[in-house]
Amino acid sequence: MESKPPGEDVNNVVAMRQAEAPKVWSDRLSDLAKTKEKALYIQLFQHFAPKVKAYIIRLGLVETTAEELMQETMLAVWRKAHLYNPSKAAASTWIFTLARNQSIDWMRKQKYPEYGLESWHEEPDEENDVCEQVITSDRMAKVISQLPEDQAQVIYMSFYEGRSHSDISDRLGVPLGSVKSRIRLAAGKIKMMWSDEV
Amino acid sequence: MNIKHHLDEATLMSYTAGSMSQAMALVVACHLSMCTACRERAHESEAIGGMLLDSLKPAPVGDDALAQVLACIDGLPEAEAEALDASYKDTQSCSENKSHLNIGSSVPSPLSIYIGSSLDHIEWTRIVPGVHYHDLPFKTERGGVSRLLRIAPGKAMLPHSHDGNELTLILCGSFTDEVGRFTVGDIADLDNEIQHQPLVDSNEDCICLIATDAPLKFSTLLGKIVQPMTGF
Repeated sequence: MESKPPGEDVNNVVAMRQAEAPKVWSDRLSDLAKTKEKALYIQLFQHFAPKVKAYIIRLGLVETTAEELMQETMLAVWRKAHLYNPSKAAASTWIFTLARNQSIDWMRKQKYPEYGLESWHEEPDEENDVCEQVITSDRMAKVISQLPEDQAQVIYMSFYEGRSHSDISDRLGVPLGSVKSRIRLAAGKIKMMWSDEV
Repeated sequence: MNIKHHLDEATLMSYTAGSMSQAMALVVACHLSMCTACRERAHESEAIGGMLLDSLKPAPVGDDALAQVLACIDGLPEAEAEALDASYKDTQSCSENKSHLNIGSSVPSPLSIYIGSSLDHIEWTRIVPGVHYHDLPFKTERGGVSRLLRIAPGKAMLPHSHDGNELTLILCGSFTDEVGRFTVGDIADLDNEIQHQPLVDSNEDCICLIATDAPLKFSTLLGKIVQPMTGF
């Protein structure tokens, strides 16, 4: 019988494990857009659907709603695959934005203001190829796992719990300005790593 | 477009995380539609979301989830699937063929969903001579609002500070405040550490899209009297 030390599941919130060969998934998603091959879709579904559902549950939605929104998100992956641009984002990033928008639209009964699809559509930049994008997001996992706890916490509360700066400020009992400067510091570290890669 | 004032990193993160009020997110989405540099930064922030998704412990999905989604896909004839995509693009009202601004107007696409593609047909309400507003149909959870303001040349907003964040995007004209000069496409991204008094310095009316996530604090008696009328 396996026994886990208490709190093992919760304390690895920040200590991310290495992304699993994200390029494979970006390639599969690009291929899906070209071929509309069901077998590729099924692989993507099996990999991403449980993660999408986990993300939606973390936003605070009940299991049945999370299941429904996960299915909507995964259906959108099929329908919108042709809009995916691998030079702009890893597959997980693109699917994250679909899941985020589905969840927010459902919670607010209004569409989350989006800045237009053309940004996913632009021609690939020559100096910004797929490989680099994937390496970057992979390195970023390591950087985030190395952030000081207070910085990782505000990133976590923003992305996983969907909390506004004011809400984070209330919950942590720190001034709004401190919440924002923690986020800026975290972003700065990520960007620094980003520029080291290029 | 020569944009000099950009989104704060923390604001951008909040937007890409999906953790921003509808009213504030609208202003951010409008600026992103106008500003290539901030769009690039938004992609970088979204990559954090993707990376976090990668690192999540999977949640069990329904036994028949895949079968149900595949059945939906099979139920979509090719033509219908394309029609769905087309209608999706329409709702974004920002297809890839168009520029980031609707042609012949200064209304960024995310805003045109609410007010149409022209600033010429807005129903304005006067607050004081030279200052008009038009409310957008949502309030934030904490009492902030989202609205268009039209201020005549030479007029100043009342001096104010904020309990929360304030975003101001210039759609037409220009103003100057303690931070600097703001022209079309520029965004003033302010928090509670700043008190400012924007003064319109263009020859034409200055039209801005403003969102706050908490009511403003006016620093003069007049402001405190006007506040109940303006809703800010």
